[in-house]
Amino acid sequence: MDLQVATDFTPWSALGGGILIGLSAVMVMALFGRIAGIAGITQGALGALVPMAGAATDRDWRWAFIAGLLSAPLAVLLFGGAVSQSVPQNLPAMALSGLLVGIGTALGSGCTSGHGVCGLARLSRRSLAAVATFMAAGFATVFVLRHVIGG
Amino acid sequence: MRILAGFLSGLVFGLGLIISGMADPAKVLNFLDIAGRWDPSLAFVMGGATLTAFLGYRLVWRRPAPLIGDRFDVPSGRQIDRPLLTGAALFGIGWGIGGFCPGPALTALPLMAPGTLTFVPAMLAGLWIGARMKRAATARPAGAPS
Repeated sequence: MDLQVATDFTPWSALGGGILIGLSAVMVMALFGRIAGIAGITQGALGALVPMAGAATDRDWRWAFIAGLLSAPLAVLLFGGAVSQSVPQNLPAMALSGLLVGIGTALGSGCTSGHGVCGLARLSRRSLAAVATFMAAGFATVFVLRHVIGG
Repeated sequence: MRILAGFLSGLVFGLGLIISGMADPAKVLNFLDIAGRWDPSLAFVMGGATLTAFLGYRLVWRRPAPLIGDRFDVPSGRQIDRPLLTGAALFGIGWGIGGFCPGPALTALPLMAPGTLTFVPAMLAGLWIGARMKRAATARPAGAPS
């Protein structure tokens, strides 16, 4: 059901891109004093459209942040770069995946960036527990889908 | 100023996701596939990002307040509770199915792959549902000790 596209191990671009992500997290802290968690930023932005329980109310910079995020691939293409991407094509699975990611990050108060990058950088115990849990669940899910069901 | 600063922060984040390869679900799924086509690149993304944030946060926190906002607003909770772990587990399962977490999914939106166009609305609905579940899980009856 899920695609299996071979990818190369690319440590240097991974490290370089990772440093940019970290830099963005530092910018959000230095400028706004907030955690750069994408799930939380999106939740706060969504609060302008629908009532969101417990969402932040400083929405202006959140919408601007999301606009910047959406502009990134367009900027790369504009300057002649390529964005290589293989998105799974099983649409019911992608709908289920999106729903679980949304519910999970809202209930668990963070995603790969909020708990992963920002939380670990703060040495938060909660974030460390969350990262260990979602990593373990991710490894287990791929193992089952590729090697138990798909194997 | 707030708008420009927010936009630039998002742009840098998105460029980081694209350059690092994290915006490609195939790379994420291969990272999660230790028993198969394991691609350890993502560990370098997380490592580079976390180390940069760790050092940068400590420089930033020497100032009394952020440049635009009024104060540093950092989560203060320390308790590892059930909503945190249940949520993280559900998120991990979804991540393992689709290879997207929230940042890469939004970054991938303008490329309009059918899988992304399906994932993102479902994720937004999930964020709304999850926020209600969290409030219900953390709400305590009046007078109960917190």
